[in-house]
Formats: sequence, structure tokens, C-alpha cells
Amino acid sequence: MGVADPQPPLLEVRHLSTHYVTDEGVFRAVDDLSFRVMKGESMGLVGESGCGKTTAMLSLLRLLPAAGRIVSGEVLLEGRDLMALDEAEMRALRWDRLSMIFQGAMNALNPVRSVGDQIGEALVIHGLAPGLGAAAPRVGELLEMVGIPRSREAHFPHQYSGGMRQRAMIAMALACSPQVVIADEPTTALDVMIQAQILELLERLQRELGLAVILVTHDLSVVAELCHSVLVMYGGALAEYSNVDRIFNDPRHPYTRLLLSAFPDLSRPEGKLISIPGHPPRLNDLPPGCRFAPRCPQAFDRCRLESPSPRLVEPGHWVACHLYEEAALDAAG
Amino acid sequence: MRALTRNRLGVVGSVMLALAILTAVMAPWIAPYDPEASTEVSIEDIYARPTAAHWLGTDDGGKDVFSAFIYGSRVSLIVGFAASLISMIIGGIVGLVAGFYGGRLGNLLMRLTDIFLVIPDLPLMIVIVAIVGPSLWNIILVIGLLGWTGTARIVRAQALSLRERQFVTRARAIGAGNLHILRRHILPLVLPLMVANTVLVISLSILSESTLSFLGLGDPTTLSWGGMLNFAFTRGAISAGAWWALVAPGLGIVWVVLSCTLVGNTLEEAFNPRLQSHHLQGEEKMVVRPAQAQAAER
Amino acid sequence: MPPADVPPRRASPPEEDFILEVEGLHKEFPLPRGLTGTLRRRPRKAVHAVDGISFDLRRGEILALVGESGCGKTTTALTLMGLITADEGTIRFNGQDVTHLGERAGDRPRASIAQVNGRMYRKEPSVFPAITMKRLRRQMQMVFQDPYESLNPRATVLESVAEPLEVHAVTRSREEKLARVRQALEDAGLSPAEAFMSRRPHELSGGQRQRVVIAGALVLEPVLLIADEPVSMLDVSIRAEILNLLDELRARRGISILYITHDLATAAYFTDRIAVMYLGRIAEIGPTRRVLAHPQHPYTRALLSVIPVPNPRMRRQRIILGGETPNPVDLPGGCRFHPRCPLAFDDCARTDPPLILVGAEHQAACLLADPG
Repeated sequence: MGVADPQPPLLEVRHLSTHYVTDEGVFRAVDDLSFRVMKGESMGLVGESGCGKTTAMLSLLRLLPAAGRIVSGEVLLEGRDLMALDEAEMRALRWDRLSMIFQGAMNALNPVRSVGDQIGEALVIHGLAPGLGAAAPRVGELLEMVGIPRSREAHFPHQYSGGMRQRAMIAMALACSPQVVIADEPTTALDVMIQAQILELLERLQRELGLAVILVTHDLSVVAELCHSVLVMYGGALAEYSNVDRIFNDPRHPYTRLLLSAFPDLSRPEGKLISIPGHPPRLNDLPPGCRFAPRCPQAFDRCRLESPSPRLVEPGHWVACHLYEEAALDAAG
Repeated sequence: MRALTRNRLGVVGSVMLALAILTAVMAPWIAPYDPEASTEVSIEDIYARPTAAHWLGTDDGGKDVFSAFIYGSRVSLIVGFAASLISMIIGGIVGLVAGFYGGRLGNLLMRLTDIFLVIPDLPLMIVIVAIVGPSLWNIILVIGLLGWTGTARIVRAQALSLRERQFVTRARAIGAGNLHILRRHILPLVLPLMVANTVLVISLSILSESTLSFLGLGDPTTLSWGGMLNFAFTRGAISAGAWWALVAPGLGIVWVVLSCTLVGNTLEEAFNPRLQSHHLQGEEKMVVRPAQAQAAER
Repeated sequence: MPPADVPPRRASPPEEDFILEVEGLHKEFPLPRGLTGTLRRRPRKAVHAVDGISFDLRRGEILALVGESGCGKTTTALTLMGLITADEGTIRFNGQDVTHLGERAGDRPRASIAQVNGRMYRKEPSVFPAITMKRLRRQMQMVFQDPYESLNPRATVLESVAEPLEVHAVTRSREEKLARVRQALEDAGLSPAEAFMSRRPHELSGGQRQRVVIAGALVLEPVLLIADEPVSMLDVSIRAEILNLLDELRARRGISILYITHDLATAAYFTDRIAVMYLGRIAEIGPTRRVLAHPQHPYTRALLSVIPVPNPRMRRQRIILGGETPNPVDLPGGCRFHPRCPLAFDDCARTDPPLILVGAEHQAACLLADPG
């Protein structure tokens, strides 16, 4: 899966399924999701609003809201299954080995505490510093790493601009030197130029620190710039998963193809933009059969009856679509 | 409506309130005796214990307590509802004007609200009723004129936030004037919260009326539950051991106030999105392992 | 065909058929001073949201106003719609000066100052007092960014779309109102219209909601549509249909559109001309294809170079500007872009470059721009 590599993956997710149990039925937010991320590699998790990508990431960290239930699957971090741990073990691991930059978090900073203190808090909780005072040198180091002058450590969130707050969130996520960082829509609310700065920063940090990054976004263009592998999600399930080159130049799943044509490409302004008629399914009311069938221009009978599971159509390229049969039997699948 | 049925307490409160209203409306048919009618009484009839003929016994005048209790609900509820209506109207207007128009007028209105909030309601009510005389209307007016401040604050906050919303800007872009915006956009969205708050005000109004009557400032031509309590205290029910004369009106007040509070709280929670809780918890249930799951859920 | 209540335009050659002409528009928002500031008589600071912009919009043209947050594009839109009053400058609609119109007949005309030859003059009220802002709104409508917020959550689609008709009292009967609403909904692509009329916003998807807003903007049959980020909050897979709809409205009904966005890529897709704004001024303006192919302003070049492109094989030289867009309160002296400009030289700190012609209808405000 992903980039063919003899090394064991740093993070491997196998058949993860997460549901939300609510008054309005069971939302099958994540359904049989599998992928792997190598050390130093970045994976783009792409999908539109409501497709379950944030839920999938929260499941990795076991930070779901009250109604969430991880019903099956394994999440192996260096071979150790996070789902089998108890809460105390998970808490030790959370942030220390696997951290997340939450969507819109730059607006959720505590307004009455200094930014430096909030970053230092992670260090203190994980026992990397006995107190906020002792944490200060490391906090300064982190701030510089993300391009914020050390002198601004004592400033409050309102004194930081939007781009700087996002950088502070990145610093916070890196505080305990994790191996895997999940960035959930890190540039969505930012201006184009600040977006470019943040993406460049993420790229540099990934290179210098050897991080594995999962970039969650709805913007395929960002993924093209930054990621090695791409997983396209639709309606809570995997639609297509491969390396970035193949996703963009040889997309197989009808949804991936349509999605690509929906993005304006500045390098080819004459291209006609299409839109996909209809709208994504409600996760508590999924159609029988393939989730994309109602909107798929190539749907046929089997699509409406049976939901396709991901199949390997060529080495390192998974597609969940009945148009393709399994190309090769891969024992590592 | 759906909001009420979802919350169990809301259902309980609604049923209680419905029963109370039904009792008041159906009083002439439910009450076995007419409290107004004059009857001949003998000494045995005073503070007589509850019997089949008098379910709640008799009061100091030999009259049936149960009938007085049924009819008493009318006064309490009428005063409660009428006074709250006045409060709702005043509070609504003050809140809307202060929140929507803002500016100096808004500030002035809010300072006025603060003044009314600070003044202790009960002593003021006592003084005013003592001066103008304890007629039913006077009592309704006094309670209504002092009970609008909570509503005003809530309405103002709501109007203020609604004013900035994009559909209001859109209406202005279309060319709508203030009146149109108030009528079409602000009022319909403020009304639910106002109604929820008013139900809570009803409970307060009923309490105020009961207190005034208990202190002897009630309308002498009618008998409310507070009045019944007043008579029980001042006319020797306790020394006579006539618990029935106290318990019934006391419970009646508690019943109605409780029902209004339950309904009002439920409505307010439903209509005010900020009050709804949202938390990250339930760690024990988050990861469901097939074998453990069955054991744990048991 | 111009509506009957707007006076005839001044005589002009057919190729210069302008629906909107904006000259020297200024709008600033004064900041409160605080006690020490007032006591020390410090000069009042202000946010210079729009600091002198001029552009034209031809009949049937789609002009994109592009820029990052804080550049003044939304303030411009609100000023054109009369929701904010301009401090200085002239706005002409169909040749008629509408900068200072009162909201209703009998309203005091709003303050308006024009700068002519360096001196400030107060403008005279409109020659045709019957023209009020309210009447103007029949021809000039706006579409907003957030489809979840632009509609009253308790109003049905019918009520929302019919609202403009009621505000302006243009229909005489319920049947007429229904017919016009039906037509507007169909024009906005919501078909069959009847199926949508009794629905409420929460029953509709984002794209459908936006179409309802557009229908509401079309129901009065305007000639100018100002669309402020109409697709930014929609899923990518449905943005194209809204943009295609706008393009279609222009083609079929000759509506002129001012498309405001921060997303250069969507602006590139369907607009005729593009104006790039920076800190309250227009940095570059010209035909879309030309500006994208041959950007003359360093800011435009930087923007174009960093916008992600869905093509992993394309590795470009990215001009990532350092820092952030400065606060529009303390504007830098000289060219307002010079502190971040990779090509800045001495003169840039002293001279504020005006827009100069650099190609056919293509202007850029840069000292390094090559005229002709």
C-alpha cells in the first residue's frame, strides 16, 4: 500500500470503522479505512465536507465526542495497536508520539494565557519539563522553528495575527517531538500568501524533523504541492489511494476523476470546470451498494446493490469501484 | 412542541401545567360546593376534618376547602398569566428597541432596566399595593410592571446578535427598512426565546401574587391560594390542627410554580443554542472491542 | 433595456457602454482614540479600507475584484450597494451619479465629497430627487458569501425569494408574485420551482441555498449583480455549477457581474477582466487572460506563483512574500507594497505609483511597469 517500501510503516491503519450513535440514527462516519504512512512521508487525506476525514483522524487519537464509537480496526504505531491500549497508556502516547493540529484551532487558543504558556503546557503534562518556567527554553526553540521570534513568547493570542496563530498551533503540535503529525485543514481560513508560507513551513519541518504528516484537506491542489501519497475519501469510505502522481495523472475512481475536473487549474485556464450533480450522502442514510452510485456517471446495476471494497488495481494503487477487478493478488494487502 | 416532548422533565412540567389550567377552567364543574354561596354552619363545621362530604375538610368559616382550592387556582393563574403578559410586552419592546436600534436610546433603556433590576421587587410591590389599594387589576399591574427586566435583557441580547447576521444585511441590500426587518426577521426569531422566558416569569408572578395575598394585600373580593394561606395563619388553623387548610393551597402554589419552571427551562434550553452542552467524554465507551463490548454493556 | 425610472444615459460611443463607473472611492473607518489619545490631541487614526480606487464595469461584463483579506474588496462592494457611505469619490450607475443618494425619497442626501484638483468640494444633491437608493436597489443586487447565513432560517424559499418583491411593492397580486418567484427559481437552476418553494433552508444543500439567494437577487430583474465570495463556502465539487450559472446569467440576460473573491483561480475561470487589490488600492487591472499570462505588478506575480495547482509534476518558482499584509491603519509611505516587494528600490519608498497603461486596457501601479 502507498509507496512500495521494504521498511515497516510508521503508522498503519487497518480496517478502521467509526460510528456516531445519535437520536437520528447511526452515522457510519468511517467505514473500513486502511492506509499506511512511512517515516518522513506525507499523506494527503482528501474529501469534501462530511466525508468523515476529521472523524477518522480523531479516531486515531481516540478523541471522539461522546457519541463516537470506534467499532473495529487497528491503528498500529510502530507495530503497537493504539486501540488495544487503556486510556492511561493512550494519554501518555497522545501528543508524545502522535499529535494533531485541529481544524480552526488557531481560533481556539485560550485568550487569557500567553502563547508560550500554552505551548509549554504540553511539555509539562508529558513530563518533559517540571514547570512552565523550565519549559521556556524549549518553547523558545519551538517558536523559532516555526518562524515566530522568541521574544513573542509572552504575548497573548490576540496579539498574534492569524498566520502566526497557526504557526503557534504547529509549534504546539511539535512540542513533544512526535513522529506523526496530523494537520486538519491547516490553511483553510488563511489568505493565499499565508497559506503558501504555512505549507512551506510544513514541508521544511517534515524534511528537517523526519516527520510523517497526514494532511487533511478538501483542496486537491494543496495535496499536489505537498504530499507523497493521497487517499480520497467519499461518504466515509476509501474511494482511491495511491501515490500523488498516479492520483493526478491516472485516476481510476469516477469520483476522483470528477473531483479533479472540479478544481480550477491556473496553469490551464481554458479548462472547463465541472461540478458533480447531487450532494454527498448523509452518513446515517447511506444508500445500499456503492455510496457514490447515485452521482456516478458510470454506475451500473451491481453498483447499486453491492458496496465495493478497496481493491489493488496495480502495485500501490487501491480503488474501491466495481469497474475494476483486482489486478494482482497482493499478500501484503 | 417537539422540544417539550423530548425532554422528560419538560413532559412532566407540561402535564402538570395542563392539569392546573384545566382545573381552573373547569372549576364550576369540578368543585362540589360554590364558595360564594352562603351556607348555614354550626360550630362542628369549623375546621372540620376531611370527610367524604368535604374532601379537604372545612375552613374557619365552615366552607369546603376543596372548592376554595379549586376556585383559588383561577385567581392565581389569572394573575400569573396576565401579569406575565404585561411583563412580556414591556420587556419585549424595551429589549427589541435597545438591541436593534442601540445607540443612546439603547443605552438609556438598559440603564432603566438596571434600575428596575436593582430595586427589591417585593417591598416595592407591598408599598405600591398598600397605597393604591389591593384590587385584582392593581396587583396584576404592579407585578407586571416590575417583572419585565429579565425578558428585556434576553431579548436585547438576541436582537443585538440577530442585527448583525447576514440575512439582515441581505434584507437591507434588498432595500428593506427597519420596520420590515423587525417584523420579518428579528421578531420571529426573538419570539421563541421570549415565550420560554415568559413561562419562567409566570412562575415568578404567581409567587409574587401568592406572597402579596399571604401578607394580606390580596384582593379581598377573591380568594387566591395565597389568601387561603393568609387566613389559615391568621385565623388559627395551626392551633386548631387543621393541616388541610394549609397544605392544599401551599401545594397548589408549588405545583404551578414547579410546572412553569420545568416547562420554561426546557423551552429555553431548546431555543437558546448556547445553553446546550457539548462535551468530549465517555472515554470508556469510545473503543468498542467485540468481546469486551458485550461484557461492558451488560 | 434600461428600466423606465432611470434617466437616459449621457450620450457616449456604443463601445463605451458603462453600467458602473467608480472614481476615486475612499472609505475609512475611524478608530476610537482612548483617553490618553484624546487628552494629548493625537490625530485620529483610521482603518483606510478603501484608499482611492477607480474602475469601470461595462454592460454585460464580468469583472473580478481579487485580493486577500483586508484589501478592501468587501468594503467596496458594500459601498457600491449603498450599505456603507463613501467618504470621497464618485459612483456612477448608468451614467447617473448615485454616490450620495438618500435611502428614500425625502431623505437627506448623504455626505459626499469629491476631490477636484486637490481641493475638496461637497457634492450637490441629485438633480433627479426621485432617484433614491431604494429604487436603485431594484437594478443592483448582491449575493453574499455564506449560504448558511444569508437566508432567514425560519423563512421558506418562497418567502425569501419574494421578499424583494414585497419590499418594493412591485407585484399587484399573489399570482403575479408566485409567477415571478417561479421564474427566478427556474433561472437560478432550481427546477421544478414548486418543489422548492415551501422548503426551509435547513432542508437544502449549500449549493441549493446559494441558488435561492441568487434567485432572490434575480427576482427584481437587476442589471448589475455584485457577488461577494459566492462560492468560497461551498464544496469544491459544486462551485463550478454556481460559477457556470453566473456566466449563463450574463450570457442570457446581459447582467453585469462584479465578482469579488480571494481565489484567483476561480476568478481566472469565467471573468472578462480582473482587478487585483492590495491595501485598499488597485494594483493591477486588465483583461483576465492578459493579467494571468503577463502580470506586471510584483504582487500579482507573487500571488500567481503561490496559488496551488492540481498538478504534482509542475514545480514552479514560488515567490513567497515574507510577513503579512500590513494593517491598513498605518500605511507605508510611497508604494504601499514596497516593504514586502522583492523588486523594491529607493524610489518605491518615496513615490506612490499611479495606475499606468502597460498594455491594451491593462494597467498596473508599479514604478517598474513597462508602459506600452
